[in-house]
Amino acid sequence: MGPLTVGLNRSRIASVRARLLQMHYESGVGHIGGNLSALDAMLHLHSEVMGADDAFVLSKGHSAGALYVALWAIGSISDDELRTFHKDGTRLAGHPVAHSHEKIAFATGSLGHGLGLAAGVALGKQLRDEPGTVYCLLSDGECEEGSTWEALLFARHQRLVNLVAFVDMNGLQGFGSTREVASLEPLATKFRGFGAHVEEVDGHAPDRIDAALRQRGDEPLVILLSTVKGHGVSFMEGRMEWHYLPMSDEQYRRAREEQAEA
Amino acid sequence: MRNAFCSALVALSARKPFVFFTGDLGFMALEPLQQALGKRFINAGVAEQNMVTVAAGVASVGEQCWAYSIAPFIYGRPFEQIRNDVCLHDFDVKLVGNGGGYGYGVMGATHHAIEDYGVLCTLQNMSVYVPAFADDLSPIVDRLSADKHPAYLRLGRCEKPKGWVLPDYAPWRRLLRGDAGVLVVVGPGAGALLQQAVQRPEAQRPEVWVVTELPVRKESVPEACLSRIRGTGALFVLEEHVAQGGVGQMLSLSLLEAGVHPRCFRHFHAKGYLSGRYGSQAFHRAENGLEPAAVLAEIARLACA
Repeated sequence: MGPLTVGLNRSRIASVRARLLQMHYESGVGHIGGNLSALDAMLHLHSEVMGADDAFVLSKGHSAGALYVALWAIGSISDDELRTFHKDGTRLAGHPVAHSHEKIAFATGSLGHGLGLAAGVALGKQLRDEPGTVYCLLSDGECEEGSTWEALLFARHQRLVNLVAFVDMNGLQGFGSTREVASLEPLATKFRGFGAHVEEVDGHAPDRIDAALRQRGDEPLVILLSTVKGHGVSFMEGRMEWHYLPMSDEQYRRAREEQAEA
Repeated sequence: MRNAFCSALVALSARKPFVFFTGDLGFMALEPLQQALGKRFINAGVAEQNMVTVAAGVASVGEQCWAYSIAPFIYGRPFEQIRNDVCLHDFDVKLVGNGGGYGYGVMGATHHAIEDYGVLCTLQNMSVYVPAFADDLSPIVDRLSADKHPAYLRLGRCEKPKGWVLPDYAPWRRLLRGDAGVLVVVGPGAGALLQQAVQRPEAQRPEVWVVTELPVRKESVPEACLSRIRGTGALFVLEEHVAQGGVGQMLSLSLLEAGVHPRCFRHFHAKGYLSGRYGSQAFHRAENGLEPAAVLAEIARLACA
């Protein structure tokens, strides 16, 4: 693991968020809400936490834009390539595709696959006596997929202590809140019941994420990130429609202004 | 075949490392492999979706993975995991299904696999192996081990006639000469068919070929087989699989592309559960017209027409 420092200041995060907004605006695509809820954690992981031996699996593939921009922020994706996002001929599709980038190991987008893939990478590392931690980011709605729990059972039984799962708890899913759709709470209790060590932190506070990461023990670590869908753009925050809608010219102008003021 | 499969993997384990997953199956069969592999033998529990996904993850770091279960549980339950996690990435994951076709007999339809290779052959990078005899397992395991791509291995029960000498393993093999058309067989049913076909005069029986590696493509059909189809003008296909996506359809397309047009064609295939009654593998074969005597009688009738 890399150094657990807090090197991202608010203006840096805002500038990356602005680039994410630009990508989605220029491509005319939605899904921006869940990208904004996940961006801070993904950016922090890639910028400050992960080292060369570590791996990241984006299970909530609909936040591909946030992953691409996080990789852009650390110099792994060029600005030119980022401009191809969601366009014909791109490697940066709306959900990650196979063989697209050396730091994107898996095609995801169908929910419920990422934790098992991450568990497999973690198991492979253990079998080969290789160092490194495997980080996986799930959505909260994704916890309705049975395969997520199959993976957790497996990870606990195999003692995959080199596995860390984050859950982006923005509380909104495709057609309602997680409370309305599946009575998902108390999710921490459920994860603990499966034998994971659970931490609950503000998903927009890198120092709190670092503190949670220090709580590694003999079980897989699950960090529930309390987040806000559409975080950082006032008119998007907590609103389900930003799971889907592209931005109008006026909305994009307002969103960019807010980043400039951050 | 399961014991032959286990023996082949035990032998392989002495030559190269791999990781083996089972979906909580293999009692009184896979114990030697468990002993040989140690921590690389993993019982993934009754969770086939996760087993396939984890295997993909392990394969992503450079390990060859084998994942085993009863056939419908390894191709049906985790289909999306096979498609997305294994095949889209072209990972070195071998799926092994025991009891292909009606192999699990009266255990019921949930345990049958009569749509497996048709479905799997639609996937990117996927190859399928349907051994006809236990003798095939050693060469097939060697081929699978050397290949770095996804594959599915459908196991069944060896029905080789006692004392029968097989030709060396090949994706297509001629097992018996005959003049009443060409019969292409998929899987262990070839053994039971040989037992009866060999008792008929050469002029009154079909030439029997067995195909083991799928999908069938124009370039994969041996010229010797094509030549006999041209010469006899009759082609028959026997498989314990539904017509849709089966070898009958794959081969028909290949022949069209090759410009080979037999005047007589009959596809003997699984049709499901016609009577709503259940029984042994032999019961289902008979109900579906797949029993060797019925197949040979129908071929004799058609070829003479």
